[in-house]
Amino acid sequence: MNCKGVIHELSNYLDGDLDPGLKTELERHLEHCEDCTMIVDQTKKSIEILCDSRPVELPSEVRSRLHSALRQKLSSRST
Amino acid sequence: MFNAIFIPEKGHGAPVWGFSGALSTPNPHRLPSSIAREDEHLLVAAAKKGDAAAFEELVNRYEEKVFRLTRNITGNREDAEDAMQDAFLKAYSHLQDFHGDSRFYTWLVRIAANESLMRLRKRRPNQFSLDEPVEGDTDLMPRELEDWGPSPEQGYAQAELQGILSEFIEQLDPEFRIVLVLRDLEELSTQETAEALGISVPAVKSRLLRARLKLREKLNRHFRRGTLH
Ligand SMILES: [Zn+2]
Repeated sequence: MNCKGVIHELSNYLDGDLDPGLKTELERHLEHCEDCTMIVDQTKKSIEILCDSRPVELPSEVRSRLHSALRQKLSSRST
Repeated sequence: MFNAIFIPEKGHGAPVWGFSGALSTPNPHRLPSSIAREDEHLLVAAAKKGDAAAFEELVNRYEEKVFRLTRNITGNREDAEDAMQDAFLKAYSHLQDFHGDSRFYTWLVRIAANESLMRLRKRRPNQFSLDEPVEGDTDLMPRELEDWGPSPEQGYAQAELQGILSEFIEQLDPEFRIVLVLRDLEELSTQETAEALGISVPAVKSRLLRARLKLREKLNRHFRRGTLH
C-alpha cells in the first residue's frame, strides 16, 4: 500500500472498519512512513476533539417554546 | 401516566477514546447505542398508545441533541428552532410509522435532518447534492503537515476550542457538514447516516473522509508547534 492508499482507507481504518488484510498492509506502511503516521494520528485526534465538544446548548426560551407547542399538539390529540 | 422507569440524566458521560498512536489497534468509534437507554422501547410503546407524558419524556431526552443537530445543519438559530419543533411534532404525528427496526433516536434524527435540509435549501441559492459521487481522490493527500506535539488541545481553553470547531462546521460545505455532524457529532453509524440521508454508504464514506481531512487541516493551523493561537 502506498501513501495514497492510506489516505483513501483512513476513515475506514479509524472506524475499525477495514478488513484484516488491508489493515495489516496499512500498518506495515505506517511503520516506515512518518507522514502517513502523522496524518493518521492527527486525524484521529481531530475526530476525538470534535466528538467531545459540546458546541450548542439549548436555550431555555427555545425549550419552553418547544414544550408549549408540544403540549398544544398533545392535548388536541387526547380524546 | 408513565412514571415507572425514568432516571433523570443530562447529556451522556461518554468515555473518551484513547490516543495511543497509529500502530496500536484503533479503538472503533464509540457505539451510538450508548445514548439509547434500555427503557426506550417502553417509552415509545407507551407514546404510541397515546401516553403524552411518555412522548414528552422522549423529547426531554433528545431535545438538546436534536437542537444541536438542527443548529449545525442549518447554521442558523431561527431555522434550527423551527426545524427542531417541526421534527418533534412530525415524530409525534407519525409515531405509528415507527416500527422499531432502527433506534428511535436514529428515526428522529432522520426526521430532524430532513427538516433542517429543507430549510437550508431554501436559504441557499446554490443547490448542493448529497447523492452525487464526490469527484476523484487525486487531491486528498494533505499538503500542510506539521508536528502537533503530544496534547495540542491542552493549550486551549474549552470555549476557545469550541469556537474553532463551530467556525469550522459553519464554514464547511453543506454536503460535507451534514455527514460529519451525523457521523462524528451525533455518532450515528455509517449505515445509519446513509439511511437518515437517503444516500449510499459509499457516498457517506467519501464525504466523511474529506470532511475529516478538512477538520485535521483546520486544527493543524492552530496546533502546529510554535504557532501562536
Ligand atoms: Zn505514507
